[in-house]
Amino acid sequence: MCGIAGLIHKKAGGANIGQEMTDMLQALKHRGPDSTGYALYGAPISNYIMRINLAEQADTKKGFDVATQLQSRNDQVDARMAELGAQVAKKENSTSYALRYEVSFDGDLKNLIDYIEDIEGVEVMSCGNGLELIKDLGDAAVVSAQYGINSFQGSHAIGHTRMATESDVDIRSAHPYWAYPFADVSVVHNGQLTNYWTNRRALERLGNRFNSNCDSELIAVYIANRISEGDDLEKAMRRSVEDLDGVFTYLVATSDSLGMAKDVMAAKPMVIYESDDFIALASEEVSIRKIFDHDIDTFDPYEGEVRVWQL
Amino acid sequence: MATVSTSGQSHDMGLHTEKLTNRTQQRFFDAGESANLTYAWAPEVDTNKVGTLDCEGMDATAINIRIRQLMSEGCGTINLSNPGSMHGLCVGILSRLQLNVTGSLGYFGCGLIDGPNVNISGRVGWSCGENMMAGTIVVQKNAGSTFGAAIRGGDLVCRGDVGSRTGIDQKGGTIIVGGKTGAFSGFMMQRGRMIILGDAGINLGDSMYDGTIYVGGKIEGLGVDAVPADLNDLDRKWLKSKLDLYGMEAPNGIDNMQKIVAGKQLWNYDNLEPSEKKLVL
Repeated sequence: MCGIAGLIHKKAGGANIGQEMTDMLQALKHRGPDSTGYALYGAPISNYIMRINLAEQADTKKGFDVATQLQSRNDQVDARMAELGAQVAKKENSTSYALRYEVSFDGDLKNLIDYIEDIEGVEVMSCGNGLELIKDLGDAAVVSAQYGINSFQGSHAIGHTRMATESDVDIRSAHPYWAYPFADVSVVHNGQLTNYWTNRRALERLGNRFNSNCDSELIAVYIANRISEGDDLEKAMRRSVEDLDGVFTYLVATSDSLGMAKDVMAAKPMVIYESDDFIALASEEVSIRKIFDHDIDTFDPYEGEVRVWQL
Repeated sequence: MATVSTSGQSHDMGLHTEKLTNRTQQRFFDAGESANLTYAWAPEVDTNKVGTLDCEGMDATAINIRIRQLMSEGCGTINLSNPGSMHGLCVGILSRLQLNVTGSLGYFGCGLIDGPNVNISGRVGWSCGENMMAGTIVVQKNAGSTFGAAIRGGDLVCRGDVGSRTGIDQKGGTIIVGGKTGAFSGFMMQRGRMIILGDAGINLGDSMYDGTIYVGGKIEGLGVDAVPADLNDLDRKWLKSKLDLYGMEAPNGIDNMQKIVAGKQLWNYDNLEPSEKKLVL
Protein backbone atom coordinates (compact mmCIF):
# COMPACT_ATOMS: atom_id res chain seq x y z
CA MET A 1 0.00 0.00 0.00
CA CYS A 2 2.68 2.54 1.12
CA GLY A 3 2.17 6.09 2.31
CA ILE A 4 3.87 9.16 0.90
CA ALA A 5 4.06 12.70 2.17
CA GLY A 6 5.64 15.98 1.19
CA LEU A 7 5.79 19.51 2.54
CA ILE A 8 7.14 22.88 1.48
CA HIS A 9 7.75 25.93 3.65
CA LYS A 10 8.05 28.95 1.40
CA LYS A 11 8.97 31.36 4.19
CA ALA A 12 12.66 32.20 4.42
CA GLY A 13 14.48 30.27 7.12
CA GLY A 14 12.31 27.17 6.80
CA ALA A 15 10.93 25.29 9.76
CA ASN A 16 11.31 22.16 11.83
CA ILE A 17 10.59 19.86 8.90
CA GLY A 18 12.15 16.84 10.64
CA GLN A 19 9.52 16.84 13.36
CA GLU A 20 6.71 17.68 10.94
CA MET A 21 7.61 14.91 8.52
CA THR A 22 7.96 12.40 11.37
CA ASP A 23 4.47 13.30 12.58
CA MET A 24 3.06 13.00 9.07
CA LEU A 25 4.70 9.65 8.41
CA GLN A 26 3.76 8.23 11.78
CA ALA A 27 0.13 9.02 10.95
CA LEU A 28 0.57 6.94 7.78
CA LYS A 29 2.09 3.98 9.58
CA HIS A 30 -1.01 1.87 8.88
CA ARG A 31 -0.23 2.15 5.17
CA GLY A 32 3.11 0.39 5.66
CA PRO A 33 5.24 -0.30 8.72
CA ASP A 34 8.15 -2.09 7.00
CA SER A 35 10.48 0.84 6.54
CA THR A 36 10.44 4.62 6.70
CA GLY A 37 12.42 7.11 4.68
CA TYR A 38 13.04 10.84 4.57
CA ALA A 39 14.47 13.21 2.01
CA LEU A 40 15.00 16.41 3.98
CA TYR A 41 16.28 19.60 2.39
CA GLY A 42 18.21 21.89 4.70
CA ALA A 43 19.99 25.15 3.92
CA PRO A 44 22.42 24.39 1.06
CA ILE A 45 26.12 24.28 1.88
CA SER A 46 29.07 24.54 -0.48
CA ASN A 47 30.28 20.99 0.20
CA TYR A 48 28.53 17.84 -0.90
CA ILE A 49 26.56 15.95 1.72
CA MET A 50 26.88 12.23 1.09
CA ARG A 51 24.89 9.55 2.88
CA ILE A 52 26.64 6.21 2.55
CA ASN A 53 25.50 2.81 3.78
CA LEU A 54 28.18 0.19 4.40
CA ALA A 55 25.79 -2.75 4.73
CA GLU A 56 22.17 -3.74 5.12
CA GLN A 57 20.88 -3.52 8.69
CA ALA A 58 20.11 -7.25 8.68
CA ASP A 59 23.69 -8.10 7.64
CA THR A 60 25.10 -6.31 10.66
CA LYS A 61 23.16 -8.58 13.02
CA LYS A 62 24.58 -11.84 11.80
CA GLY A 63 27.79 -13.27 10.39
CA PHE A 64 31.31 -13.41 11.68
CA ASP A 65 33.45 -10.42 12.54
CA VAL A 66 30.93 -7.89 11.27
CA ALA A 67 32.54 -4.92 13.01
CA THR A 68 35.87 -5.58 11.31
CA GLN A 69 34.21 -5.88 7.91
CA LEU A 70 32.34 -2.62 8.40
CA GLN A 71 35.55 -0.90 9.48
CA SER A 72 37.34 -2.29 6.47
CA ARG A 73 34.66 -0.95 4.10
CA ASN A 74 34.71 2.36 5.90
CA ASP A 75 38.50 2.59 5.48
CA GLN A 76 38.14 1.78 1.79
CA VAL A 77 35.56 4.55 1.36
CA ASP A 78 37.93 7.04 2.99
CA ALA A 79 40.86 5.81 0.91
CA ARG A 80 38.97 6.03 -2.39
CA MET A 81 37.71 9.52 -1.59
CA ALA A 82 41.26 10.62 -0.88
CA GLU A 83 42.48 8.90 -4.02
CA LEU A 84 40.12 10.91 -6.23
CA GLY A 85 40.83 14.16 -4.40
CA ALA A 86 37.67 14.46 -2.33
CA GLN A 87 38.42 16.21 0.94
CA VAL A 88 36.33 15.12 3.90
CA ALA A 89 35.29 18.15 5.93
CA LYS A 90 33.06 16.24 8.32
CA LYS A 91 32.19 12.65 8.97
CA GLU A 92 29.49 11.23 11.25
CA ASN A 93 28.19 7.79 12.08
CA SER A 94 24.40 7.69 12.40
CA THR A 95 24.55 3.94 13.00
CA SER A 96 27.30 1.33 12.66
CA TYR A 97 26.42 0.98 8.98
CA ALA A 98 25.15 4.45 7.99
CA LEU A 99 27.64 7.26 7.44
CA ARG A 100 27.20 10.94 6.71
CA TYR A 101 30.02 12.81 4.97
CA GLU A 102 30.51 16.42 4.08
CA VAL A 103 32.92 16.41 1.19
CA SER A 104 34.68 19.09 -0.83
CA PHE A 105 35.07 17.83 -4.37
CA ASP A 106 35.54 19.51 -7.76
CA GLY A 107 35.84 16.47 -10.00
CA ASP A 108 33.36 14.21 -11.75
CA LEU A 109 30.75 13.37 -9.09
CA LYS A 110 29.46 10.32 -10.93
CA ASN A 111 32.97 8.95 -11.18
CA LEU A 112 33.51 9.39 -7.44
CA ILE A 113 30.23 7.70 -6.55
CA ASP A 114 30.85 4.81 -8.94
CA TYR A 115 34.28 4.29 -7.41
CA ILE A 116 32.88 4.23 -3.87
CA GLU A 117 30.02 1.91 -4.81
CA ASP A 118 32.53 -0.45 -6.35
CA ILE A 119 33.38 -1.50 -2.77
CA GLU A 120 31.38 -4.62 -1.95
CA GLY A 121 28.22 -3.88 0.04
CA VAL A 122 28.63 -0.10 -0.07
CA GLU A 123 25.85 2.10 -1.44
CA VAL A 124 25.75 5.87 -1.81
CA MET A 125 22.22 6.68 -0.67
CA SER A 126 22.30 10.30 -1.71
CA CYS A 127 24.50 13.20 -2.63
CA GLY A 128 23.68 16.89 -2.74
CA ASN A 129 24.27 20.28 -1.21
CA GLY A 130 21.12 20.33 0.91
CA LEU A 131 19.61 16.85 0.63
CA GLU A 132 19.75 14.49 3.61
CA LEU A 133 18.34 11.13 2.54
CA ILE A 134 17.69 8.82 5.46
CA LYS A 135 15.93 5.48 5.33
CA ASP A 136 15.85 2.46 7.55
CA LEU A 137 13.63 -0.34 8.78
CA GLY A 138 10.78 0.40 11.20
CA ASP A 139 8.20 3.13 11.58
CA ALA A 140 8.83 6.87 11.62
CA ALA A 141 9.30 7.06 15.38
CA VAL A 142 12.00 4.37 15.27
CA VAL A 143 13.91 5.82 12.32
CA SER A 144 13.58 9.37 13.60
CA ALA A 145 15.01 8.43 16.99
CA GLN A 146 17.79 6.38 15.39
CA TYR A 147 19.00 9.21 13.13
CA GLY A 148 18.07 12.22 15.29
CA ILE A 149 15.75 13.67 12.68
CA ASN A 150 13.29 15.52 14.88
CA SER A 151 15.37 18.65 15.25
CA PHE A 152 16.13 19.01 11.54
CA GLN A 153 15.47 22.50 10.15
CA GLY A 154 14.84 22.97 6.45
CA SER A 155 12.62 24.21 3.66
CA HIS A 156 11.02 21.13 2.15
CA ALA A 157 10.88 17.37 2.47
CA ILE A 158 9.35 14.19 1.14
CA GLY A 159 8.86 10.96 3.06
CA HIS A 160 7.64 7.43 2.73
CA THR A 161 6.26 4.58 4.82
CA ARG A 162 6.61 1.30 3.02
CA MET A 163 4.55 -1.84 2.79
CA ALA A 164 6.80 -4.11 0.76
CA THR A 165 4.90 -5.77 -2.06
CA GLU A 166 7.29 -6.08 -4.98
CA SER A 167 10.68 -6.58 -3.33
CA ASP A 168 12.47 -7.30 -0.07
CA VAL A 169 12.18 -5.58 3.27
CA ASP A 170 15.61 -4.00 3.39
CA ILE A 171 17.14 -0.56 3.28
CA ARG A 172 18.11 -0.64 -0.39
CA SER A 173 14.45 -1.29 -1.33
CA ALA A 174 13.18 1.44 0.99
CA HIS A 175 12.29 4.89 -0.27
CA PRO A 176 13.16 7.67 -0.99
CA TYR A 177 15.39 6.95 -3.95
CA TRP A 178 18.04 9.37 -4.99
CA ALA A 179 18.06 10.16 -8.72
CA TYR A 180 21.74 9.19 -9.11
CA PRO A 181 23.89 10.99 -10.16
CA PHE A 182 21.96 14.28 -9.95
CA ALA A 183 22.61 16.19 -6.75
CA ASP A 184 19.60 16.88 -4.53
CA VAL A 185 16.97 14.95 -6.54
CA SER A 186 14.89 12.36 -4.67
CA VAL A 187 11.73 10.31 -5.29
CA VAL A 188 9.06 8.57 -3.20
CA HIS A 189 6.38 6.38 -4.73
CA ASN A 190 3.13 4.67 -3.79
CA GLY A 191 1.96 2.00 -6.21
CA GLN A 192 3.14 -0.70 -8.55
CA LEU A 193 4.78 -0.35 -11.94
CA THR A 194 3.85 -3.08 -14.36
CA ASN A 195 6.41 -2.32 -17.08
CA TYR A 196 9.33 -2.21 -14.67
CA TRP A 197 11.55 -4.75 -16.40
CA THR A 198 10.94 -3.37 -19.88
CA ASN A 199 11.94 0.09 -18.75
CA ARG A 200 14.75 -1.14 -16.54
CA ARG A 201 16.39 -3.06 -19.37
CA ALA A 202 16.12 -0.04 -21.65
CA LEU A 203 17.57 2.29 -19.02
CA GLU A 204 20.35 -0.13 -18.09
CA ARG A 205 21.39 -0.29 -21.73
CA LEU A 206 21.81 3.47 -21.55
CA GLY A 207 24.26 3.03 -18.68
CA ASN A 208 22.01 3.75 -15.70
CA ARG A 209 22.58 1.92 -12.43
CA PHE A 210 19.98 0.08 -10.35
CA ASN A 211 20.84 -0.84 -6.76
CA SER A 212 17.69 -2.78 -5.91
CA ASN A 213 14.88 -4.79 -7.43
CA CYS A 214 12.26 -2.35 -6.17
CA ASP A 215 10.02 -1.02 -8.95
CA SER A 216 10.02 2.43 -7.39
CA GLU A 217 13.72 2.87 -8.11
CA LEU A 218 12.73 2.94 -11.78
CA ILE A 219 11.04 6.31 -11.30
CA ALA A 220 14.18 7.88 -9.85
CA VAL A 221 16.31 6.45 -12.66
CA TYR A 222 13.73 7.45 -15.27
CA ILE A 223 13.62 11.04 -14.00
CA ALA A 224 17.42 11.17 -13.84
CA ASN A 225 17.63 9.90 -17.40
CA ARG A 226 15.14 12.46 -18.66
CA ILE A 227 16.97 15.29 -16.88
CA SER A 228 20.22 14.11 -18.49
CA GLU A 229 18.42 14.25 -21.86
CA GLY A 230 17.66 17.90 -21.21
CA ASP A 231 14.11 17.78 -19.84
CA ASP A 232 13.20 20.00 -16.92
CA LEU A 233 11.53 18.35 -13.94
CA GLU A 234 7.95 19.04 -15.00
CA LYS A 235 8.51 17.86 -18.55
CA ALA A 236 10.18 14.68 -17.30
CA MET A 237 7.28 14.01 -14.96
CA ARG A 238 4.64 14.60 -17.64
CA ARG A 239 6.45 12.19 -19.88
CA SER A 240 6.64 9.63 -17.10
CA VAL A 241 2.84 9.51 -16.86
CA GLU A 242 2.82 8.34 -20.48
CA ASP A 243 5.77 5.96 -20.26
CA LEU A 244 5.25 4.31 -16.88
CA ASP A 245 2.52 1.71 -16.75
CA GLY A 246 0.71 0.68 -13.60
CA VAL A 247 -0.83 2.46 -10.66
CA PHE A 248 1.21 5.14 -9.02
CA THR A 249 1.36 8.44 -7.26
CA TYR A 250 4.85 9.73 -6.73
CA LEU A 251 6.65 12.79 -5.43
CA VAL A 252 9.94 14.24 -6.63
CA ALA A 253 11.96 16.84 -4.77
CA THR A 254 14.90 18.90 -5.98
CA SER A 255 16.89 21.65 -4.29
CA ASP A 256 14.27 24.27 -5.19
CA SER A 257 11.10 22.44 -6.23
CA LEU A 258 8.72 19.64 -5.35
CA GLY A 259 6.45 17.83 -7.79
CA MET A 260 3.73 15.21 -7.78
CA ALA A 261 2.40 12.95 -10.53
CA LYS A 262 -0.56 10.62 -10.61
CA ASP A 263 -1.27 7.80 -13.03
CA VAL A 264 -4.02 8.02 -15.65
CA MET A 265 -6.37 5.82 -13.66
CA ALA A 266 -5.91 7.81 -10.44
CA ALA A 267 -5.77 4.55 -8.57
CA LYS A 268 -3.49 5.77 -5.78
CA PRO A 269 -4.52 8.49 -3.38
CA MET A 270 -3.13 11.96 -2.80
CA VAL A 271 -4.50 14.90 -0.86
CA ILE A 272 -3.14 18.42 -1.22
CA TYR A 273 -3.27 21.42 1.09
CA GLU A 274 -2.09 24.74 -0.26
CA SER A 275 -1.67 28.11 1.40
CA ASP A 276 0.50 31.10 0.49
CA ASP A 277 3.53 29.99 2.45
CA PHE A 278 2.96 26.30 3.12
CA ILE A 279 2.08 23.30 0.98
CA ALA A 280 1.51 19.78 2.24
CA LEU A 281 0.74 16.59 0.34
CA ALA A 282 0.02 13.14 1.66
CA SER A 283 -1.68 9.88 0.83
CA GLU A 284 -4.31 10.69 3.44
CA GLU A 285 -5.60 13.89 4.98
CA VAL A 286 -5.13 12.46 8.45
CA SER A 287 -1.39 12.83 7.87
CA ILE A 288 -1.58 16.54 7.00
CA ARG A 289 -3.84 17.15 9.98
CA LYS A 290 -0.96 16.16 12.26
CA ILE A 291 0.61 19.53 11.46
CA PHE A 292 -2.56 21.53 12.07
CA ASP A 293 -4.75 21.66 15.15
CA HIS A 294 -7.69 22.95 13.10
CA ASP A 295 -9.66 21.92 10.03
CA ILE A 296 -8.13 22.63 6.65
CA ASP A 297 -9.35 22.78 3.07
CA THR A 298 -7.84 20.05 0.91
CA PHE A 299 -8.43 18.55 -2.50
CA ASP A 300 -7.51 15.49 -4.55
CA PRO A 301 -5.54 15.87 -7.77
CA TYR A 302 -7.05 14.12 -10.79
CA GLU A 303 -5.91 11.32 -13.07
CA GLY A 304 -2.76 11.97 -15.05
CA GLU A 305 -2.19 15.18 -13.14
CA VAL A 306 1.30 16.62 -12.69
CA ARG A 307 2.01 19.56 -10.41
CA VAL A 308 5.32 21.17 -9.62
CA TRP A 309 5.78 23.80 -6.92
CA GLN A 310 8.79 26.12 -6.84
CA LEU A 311 10.16 27.23 -3.52
CA MET B 1 -40.13 -5.16 1.41
CA ALA B 2 -42.13 -2.96 -0.88
CA THR B 3 -44.17 -4.56 -3.59
CA VAL B 4 -42.15 -5.27 -6.67
CA SER B 5 -43.48 -3.27 -9.56
CA THR B 6 -42.75 -3.57 -13.24
CA SER B 7 -44.12 -0.21 -14.23
CA GLY B 8 -43.86 3.34 -13.07
CA GLN B 9 -42.29 6.64 -13.87
CA SER B 10 -38.84 5.16 -14.18
CA HIS B 11 -40.06 3.45 -17.34
CA ASP B 12 -41.42 6.70 -18.64
CA MET B 13 -38.00 8.26 -18.10
CA GLY B 14 -36.38 5.73 -20.38
CA LEU B 15 -34.97 3.37 -17.78
CA HIS B 16 -35.75 -0.29 -17.34
CA THR B 17 -36.73 -1.03 -20.91
CA GLU B 18 -35.52 -4.58 -20.49
CA LYS B 19 -37.86 -7.44 -19.71
CA LEU B 20 -37.80 -8.27 -16.03
CA THR B 21 -38.31 -11.99 -16.30
CA ASN B 22 -36.88 -13.69 -13.23
CA ARG B 23 -35.66 -10.41 -11.85
CA THR B 24 -37.04 -9.41 -8.50
CA GLN B 25 -36.11 -7.20 -5.56
CA GLN B 26 -36.05 -4.13 -7.79
CA ARG B 27 -37.75 -1.20 -6.15
CA PHE B 28 -38.76 1.47 -8.57
CA PHE B 29 -38.84 5.07 -7.54
CA ASP B 30 -41.38 7.78 -7.86
CA ALA B 31 -40.16 11.05 -9.29
CA GLY B 32 -40.01 12.65 -5.85
CA GLU B 33 -38.20 9.71 -4.35
CA SER B 34 -38.77 11.06 -0.87
CA ALA B 35 -39.33 7.50 0.36
CA ASN B 36 -35.63 6.79 -0.07
CA LEU B 37 -34.40 9.60 2.13
CA THR B 38 -35.01 7.86 5.40
CA TYR B 39 -35.25 4.25 6.38
CA ALA B 40 -38.97 3.62 6.10
CA TRP B 41 -39.03 0.91 8.76
CA ALA B 42 -37.00 2.73 11.39
CA PRO B 43 -38.79 4.08 14.46
CA GLU B 44 -39.23 7.81 14.87
CA VAL B 45 -36.63 9.56 17.02
CA ASP B 46 -36.68 12.74 19.05
CA THR B 47 -34.49 15.14 17.06
CA ASN B 48 -34.82 17.72 19.80
CA LYS B 49 -32.80 15.56 22.16
CA VAL B 50 -29.25 16.51 21.24
CA GLY B 51 -26.10 14.61 22.10
CA THR B 52 -22.60 16.02 21.65
CA LEU B 53 -19.44 14.10 20.94
CA ASP B 54 -15.95 15.62 20.91
CA CYS B 55 -13.63 13.16 19.12
CA GLU B 56 -10.40 14.71 20.41
CA GLY B 57 -8.19 11.95 21.76
CA MET B 58 -10.60 9.14 20.83
CA ASP B 59 -10.00 6.40 18.30
CA ALA B 60 -12.45 5.45 15.55
CA THR B 61 -13.88 2.41 17.32
CA ALA B 62 -14.55 4.36 20.50
CA ILE B 63 -16.24 7.14 18.51
CA ASN B 64 -18.54 4.74 16.67
CA ILE B 65 -19.46 2.99 19.92
CA ARG B 66 -20.18 6.35 21.56
CA ILE B 67 -22.53 7.29 18.68
CA ARG B 68 -24.49 4.09 19.33
CA GLN B 69 -24.61 4.80 23.05
CA LEU B 70 -26.01 8.27 22.44
CA MET B 71 -28.59 6.83 20.04
CA SER B 72 -29.63 4.20 22.57
CA GLU B 73 -30.08 7.00 25.11
CA GLY B 74 -32.66 8.50 22.75
CA CYS B 75 -30.62 11.23 21.09
CA GLY B 76 -32.19 11.98 17.70
CA THR B 77 -29.52 14.57 16.95
CA ILE B 78 -25.79 14.18 17.52
CA ASN B 79 -23.28 16.99 17.03
CA LEU B 80 -19.86 15.49 16.41
CA SER B 81 -16.74 17.68 16.49
CA ASN B 82 -12.98 17.28 15.95
CA PRO B 83 -13.08 14.13 13.81
CA GLY B 84 -9.56 15.00 12.60
CA SER B 85 -9.97 13.28 9.19
CA MET B 86 -9.98 9.90 10.91
CA HIS B 87 -10.97 6.85 8.89
CA GLY B 88 -14.08 4.73 9.32
CA LEU B 89 -16.14 7.18 11.37
CA CYS B 90 -19.97 7.26 11.58
CA VAL B 91 -20.33 3.87 9.89
CA GLY B 92 -23.11 1.31 10.20
CA ILE B 93 -25.78 3.62 11.59
CA LEU B 94 -29.02 1.74 10.96
CA SER B 95 -31.67 4.14 12.14
CA ARG B 96 -33.00 7.65 11.83
CA LEU B 97 -30.56 10.23 13.18
CA GLN B 98 -29.62 13.82 12.47
CA LEU B 99 -25.82 13.73 12.57
CA ASN B 100 -23.94 17.00 12.27
CA VAL B 101 -20.19 16.60 11.76
CA THR B 102 -18.04 19.68 12.26
CA GLY B 103 -14.77 18.91 10.51
CA SER B 104 -13.53 16.41 7.94
CA LEU B 105 -13.71 12.64 7.70
CA GLY B 106 -11.06 10.27 6.32
CA TYR B 107 -11.64 7.09 4.37
CA PHE B 108 -14.92 5.12 4.48
CA GLY B 109 -16.82 7.84 6.35
CA CYS B 110 -20.54 7.12 6.85
CA GLY B 111 -20.27 3.75 5.11
CA LEU B 112 -23.02 1.13 5.40
CA ILE B 113 -25.60 3.51 6.80
CA ASP B 114 -29.33 2.98 6.59
CA GLY B 115 -31.40 5.98 7.46
CA PRO B 116 -29.50 8.85 9.11
CA ASN B 117 -29.29 12.37 7.72
CA VAL B 118 -25.68 13.48 7.90
CA ASN B 119 -24.20 16.91 7.34
CA ILE B 120 -20.40 17.21 7.13
CA SER B 121 -18.97 20.71 7.30
CA GLY B 122 -15.56 19.72 5.91
CA ARG B 123 -14.24 17.26 3.40
CA VAL B 124 -14.38 13.47 3.12
CA GLY B 125 -11.70 11.02 2.00
CA TRP B 126 -12.08 7.99 -0.23
CA SER B 127 -15.24 5.86 -0.28
CA CYS B 128 -17.59 8.12 1.62
CA GLY B 129 -21.07 6.62 1.92
CA GLU B 130 -19.96 3.29 0.57
CA ASN B 131 -22.88 0.85 0.45
CA MET B 132 -25.33 3.28 2.03
CA MET B 133 -28.89 1.99 1.91
CA ALA B 134 -30.98 5.03 2.83
CA GLY B 135 -30.68 8.48 4.32
CA THR B 136 -28.80 11.56 3.19
CA ILE B 137 -25.18 12.68 3.40
CA VAL B 138 -24.30 16.26 2.51
CA VAL B 139 -20.61 17.12 2.28
CA GLN B 140 -19.97 20.86 2.21
CA LYS B 141 -16.43 20.76 0.76
CA ASN B 142 -14.56 18.32 -1.51
CA ALA B 143 -14.61 14.53 -1.54
CA GLY B 144 -12.03 11.90 -2.47
CA SER B 145 -12.28 9.05 -4.95
CA THR B 146 -14.87 6.26 -5.04
CA PHE B 147 -17.44 8.62 -3.56
CA GLY B 148 -20.60 6.58 -3.00
CA ALA B 149 -19.17 3.26 -4.11
CA ALA B 150 -21.96 0.71 -4.49
CA ILE B 151 -24.62 2.85 -2.85
CA ARG B 152 -28.08 1.34 -2.94
CA GLY B 153 -30.31 4.16 -1.80
CA GLY B 154 -30.58 7.62 -0.34
CA ASP B 155 -28.98 10.88 -1.42
CA LEU B 156 -25.23 11.44 -1.32
CA VAL B 157 -24.32 15.06 -1.97
CA CYS B 158 -20.96 16.80 -2.29
CA ARG B 159 -21.01 20.53 -2.89
CA GLY B 160 -17.36 20.64 -4.00
CA ASP B 161 -15.19 18.59 -6.35
CA VAL B 162 -14.96 14.82 -6.17
CA GLY B 163 -12.14 12.44 -7.14
CA SER B 164 -12.23 9.52 -9.56
CA ARG B 165 -14.59 6.55 -9.85
CA THR B 166 -17.50 8.41 -8.29
CA GLY B 167 -20.45 6.05 -7.86
CA ILE B 168 -18.53 2.99 -8.96
CA ASP B 169 -20.91 0.04 -8.95
CA GLN B 170 -23.82 2.27 -7.92
CA LYS B 171 -26.91 0.17 -7.35
CA GLY B 172 -29.49 2.77 -6.43
CA GLY B 173 -30.03 6.15 -4.82
CA THR B 174 -28.77 9.49 -6.03
CA ILE B 175 -25.29 10.98 -6.05
CA ILE B 176 -25.05 14.74 -6.55
CA VAL B 177 -21.73 16.48 -7.19
CA GLY B 178 -21.66 20.26 -7.12
CA GLY B 179 -18.26 20.54 -8.82
CA LYS B 180 -16.39 18.21 -11.10
CA THR B 181 -15.56 14.52 -10.96
CA GLY B 182 -12.56 12.52 -12.14
CA ALA B 183 -12.19 9.57 -14.49
CA PHE B 184 -14.39 6.49 -14.52
CA SER B 185 -17.35 8.07 -12.75
CA GLY B 186 -20.33 5.72 -12.84
CA PHE B 187 -18.07 2.80 -13.68
CA MET B 188 -20.17 -0.39 -13.80
CA MET B 189 -23.19 1.51 -12.55
CA GLN B 190 -26.21 -0.73 -12.20
CA ARG B 191 -29.06 1.41 -10.96
CA GLY B 192 -29.70 4.83 -9.52
CA ARG B 193 -28.90 8.30 -10.74
CA MET B 194 -25.94 10.60 -10.62
CA ILE B 195 -25.97 14.36 -11.11
CA ILE B 196 -22.66 16.06 -11.88
CA LEU B 197 -23.10 19.80 -12.08
CA GLY B 198 -19.51 20.50 -13.17
CA ASP B 199 -17.26 18.68 -15.62
CA ALA B 200 -16.80 14.92 -15.80
CA GLY B 201 -13.48 13.17 -16.53
CA ILE B 202 -12.67 10.51 -19.07
CA ASN B 203 -14.54 7.20 -19.35
CA LEU B 204 -17.75 8.48 -17.82
CA GLY B 205 -20.21 5.64 -17.27
CA ASP B 206 -17.78 3.00 -18.49
CA SER B 207 -19.46 -0.42 -18.69
CA MET B 208 -22.60 0.84 -17.02
CA TYR B 209 -25.44 -1.66 -16.98
CA ASP B 210 -28.21 0.76 -16.23
CA GLY B 211 -28.93 3.96 -14.36
CA THR B 212 -28.66 7.55 -15.50
CA ILE B 213 -25.94 10.17 -15.29
CA TYR B 214 -26.75 13.85 -15.75
CA VAL B 215 -23.86 16.22 -16.42
CA GLY B 216 -24.03 20.02 -16.27
CA GLY B 217 -20.52 20.76 -17.54
CA LYS B 218 -18.21 19.25 -20.11
CA ILE B 219 -17.69 15.51 -20.51
CA GLU B 220 -14.08 14.70 -21.27
CA GLY B 221 -14.97 11.29 -22.64
CA LEU B 222 -17.62 8.59 -22.45
CA GLY B 223 -16.73 5.05 -21.46
CA VAL B 224 -17.58 1.86 -23.28
CA ASP B 225 -21.34 1.43 -23.75
CA ALA B 226 -22.28 4.80 -22.22
CA VAL B 227 -24.45 6.71 -24.65
CA PRO B 228 -26.16 10.12 -24.67
CA ALA B 229 -29.93 10.25 -24.35
CA ASP B 230 -32.49 13.05 -24.62
CA LEU B 231 -33.70 14.88 -21.54
CA ASN B 232 -37.45 14.70 -21.21
CA ASP B 233 -39.88 16.60 -19.03
CA LEU B 234 -39.78 14.02 -16.28
CA ASP B 235 -35.99 14.33 -16.13
CA ARG B 236 -36.25 18.09 -15.87
CA LYS B 237 -38.91 17.90 -13.19
CA TRP B 238 -36.94 15.38 -11.18
CA LEU B 239 -33.68 17.30 -11.54
CA LYS B 240 -35.31 20.52 -10.42
CA SER B 241 -36.93 18.97 -7.39
CA LYS B 242 -33.73 17.18 -6.42
CA LEU B 243 -31.47 20.19 -6.81
CA ASP B 244 -33.96 22.46 -5.05
CA LEU B 245 -33.90 20.08 -2.12
CA TYR B 246 -30.23 20.90 -1.55
CA GLY B 247 -30.23 24.47 -2.78
CA MET B 248 -28.08 23.67 -5.79
CA GLU B 249 -28.26 24.91 -9.36
CA ALA B 250 -27.06 23.65 -12.71
CA PRO B 251 -24.45 26.18 -13.92
CA ASN B 252 -25.90 26.29 -17.45
CA GLY B 253 -29.48 25.54 -16.51
CA ILE B 254 -31.25 22.22 -16.29
CA ASP B 255 -32.29 22.37 -19.95
CA ASN B 256 -28.66 22.24 -21.02
CA MET B 257 -27.70 19.25 -18.94
CA GLN B 258 -26.57 16.13 -20.75
CA LYS B 259 -28.09 12.76 -20.00
CA ILE B 260 -26.03 9.59 -20.25
CA VAL B 261 -27.48 6.09 -20.09
CA ALA B 262 -26.31 2.56 -20.82
CA GLY B 263 -26.28 1.55 -24.46
CA LYS B 264 -26.86 -2.01 -23.25
CA GLN B 265 -24.80 -3.39 -26.11
CA LEU B 266 -22.63 -5.23 -23.62
CA TRP B 267 -25.56 -7.09 -22.15
CA ASN B 268 -25.34 -10.84 -22.70
CA TYR B 269 -21.79 -10.14 -23.71
CA ASP B 270 -20.74 -13.69 -23.01
CA ASN B 271 -23.17 -15.02 -25.60
CA LEU B 272 -21.62 -13.02 -28.40
CA GLU B 273 -19.40 -14.50 -31.04
CA PRO B 274 -15.87 -13.06 -31.19
CA SER B 275 -16.74 -11.19 -34.37
CA GLU B 276 -19.74 -9.62 -32.66
CA LYS B 277 -17.65 -8.52 -29.68
CA LYS B 278 -15.62 -6.36 -32.01
CA LEU B 279 -18.80 -4.66 -33.11
CA VAL B 280 -19.87 -3.64 -29.64
CA LEU B 281 -16.42 -2.66 -28.43
